Amino acid sequence: MATTGAPADEQLRVLAAQRWRIALTLTAVMIVLYFGFIVLIAYDRPLLATLVAPGLTLGILLGALVIVVSWLLTFGYVRWANTKYDPALRALNNAGTARGATR
Amino acid sequence: MNTTAIGQPNSVAIGFFILFIIITLVITYWAARRTRTTEHFYAAGRTISPGQNGFALAGDYMSAASFLGIAGLVSTTGFDGLIYSTGWLVGWPVVLFLIAEPLRNLGKYTFADVVALRLKQTPVRIAAAIGTLATVILYLIAQMVGAGGLIKLMFGLSYETAIVIVGVAMIAYVLFGGMLATTWVQIVKAALLLGGAFLLALMVLARFHFNPAALFAAASTKYGAGVLNPGKLVSNPLDTVSLGMALMFGTAGLPHILMRFYTVPDARAARTSVFYATGLIGFFYLLTFVLGFGAMVFVGPEAIKAVDKGGNMAAPLLAEYLGGTPFLGFIAAVAFATILAVVAGLTLSGAAALSHDLWVNALHRGEADSRDELRVARFATVILGVIAIVLGITFKGQNVAYMVSLAFAIAASGNFPALLLSIFWRRFTTAGAVASMLFGTLATLLLIYLSPTIQVDILKHQTAWFPLKNPALLTIPLSFVVGVVVSLMSERASVDDPAHHRRMHLGEMSAD
Repeated sequence: MATTGAPADEQLRVLAAQRWRIALTLTAVMIVLYFGFIVLIAYDRPLLATLVAPGLTLGILLGALVIVVSWLLTFGYVRWANTKYDPALRALNNAGTARGATR
Repeated sequence: MNTTAIGQPNSVAIGFFILFIIITLVITYWAARRTRTTEHFYAAGRTISPGQNGFALAGDYMSAASFLGIAGLVSTTGFDGLIYSTGWLVGWPVVLFLIAEPLRNLGKYTFADVVALRLKQTPVRIAAAIGTLATVILYLIAQMVGAGGLIKLMFGLSYETAIVIVGVAMIAYVLFGGMLATTWVQIVKAALLLGGAFLLALMVLARFHFNPAALFAAASTKYGAGVLNPGKLVSNPLDTVSLGMALMFGTAGLPHILMRFYTVPDARAARTSVFYATGLIGFFYLLTFVLGFGAMVFVGPEAIKAVDKGGNMAAPLLAEYLGGTPFLGFIAAVAFATILAVVAGLTLSGAAALSHDLWVNALHRGEADSRDELRVARFATVILGVIAIVLGITFKGQNVAYMVSLAFAIAASGNFPALLLSIFWRRFTTAGAVASMLFGTLATLLLIYLSPTIQVDILKHQTAWFPLKNPALLTIPLSFVVGVVVSLMSERASVDDPAHHRRMHLGEMSAD
């Protein structure tokens, strides 16, 4: 496995690095989104008190949007991982297993 | 509100509650016949589907703190309570992106499996068990306090009797039915809770032409525009940010949540289940906006506080106002089922830390007989159940949402940094992991003790040593720093990185 597995390991590293890049980017988006909201609560209350509709302040609207957008981000990631990442991983794994068997 | 039936025995509540107990005990009986090995006891034989696990994750997560605590906070403080609603959801994407898949591929039953995989077992397992037990016990206290208060008000039983009933039912589920019973209790409870909260929200909105803004407007007309804006609860800006950090990163360090990822067959199922869970939980927290303001408008903050100082009875009081005593009974039974299910999940993860991490891997170097391990796990279940009962009685009267946020602070500082570093960083060492977990847990506990909540509110001192109510702002970054610095100062472990890497992405099948 040490010699025959090397190219597969290299491919796996590339694929894994791609997943981590996407995962870390989405995590960063999540952190900016939520802490942006929290920092506004902490430091700019007048802005959040703005009425966007009768009874609906910007603060309440943004709070609800944080929840909805969080869910949409998980949807985006799961869709990518199930349709792109998993098949690539499976192809790689099958190739690795085949090489291991014929070794 | 002198007319409330709260505090008197409620036949509908008792009827629903007995029905729930019967259903869950039948599930437990069914599960007990299938629980023969440790893999069944801890991980339900890894047979749970992504959809089922999505409901079970939601069930484990939507605790009494969410339903009773947040509705109470919103109804008495307005917008400030919503900070909890949003904060409690935003941890889920983080769990999905960073933790779920590597956790499923690298571990067996507990998150300590992942941290200890490349490191020395004994010290890492002991440190992880300390972090797990601290989180679990603090969380258990909050749930027990919620349960005791609720049953006392609903059924007219004494607080202590109520706590004992919860403790005994929960021990029965876990002891006999293990993870399979606990999972199905969570699924039943999640469906009941979502259904009950949705129905209650619909009844509120029906009075406002299904326009939430009209409800908020009514609240601001009645109690001032301030209720729609950040207010007193978050008077210290750093406190707000600190609470936010605890809620966001704590989810990814909660032992009973992390344990659920081992009940599904593979990493793909783990990933998909988080997507379902996030949808269900997000929907539920959006409902808390309506429930909280609904209780504020129809019941009123004063009446709510008159029944329970912590505000925890807002949702049941709202149900009584809108649907009379029968609906109050239904909602109370749902809230009680909620608590029962969450304490079962918590106890199971605590028992896994005691038996799988401490007894098997720290004391017996991973070479214990599976039947012995099962016996130890069941013994640990009973011990934890008794501890939960005793502490539940001791901590009577605390606001449950705040208590849970402290459990999140420990999970976020003690468990999450070490788990993340062990997945991402090859240079992480045994000393670094142990230092990070112990520092995170102990520093959080110490700073909570020195915080205004304990020093000023409980001990009645003039000032507190530490200014923040929630220490996460300081303890999360410091736990990472401690983990990294101690790792760099200690000798790196000799490990087979390619094999570890293959396993992280492909799972155990290809870890040869």
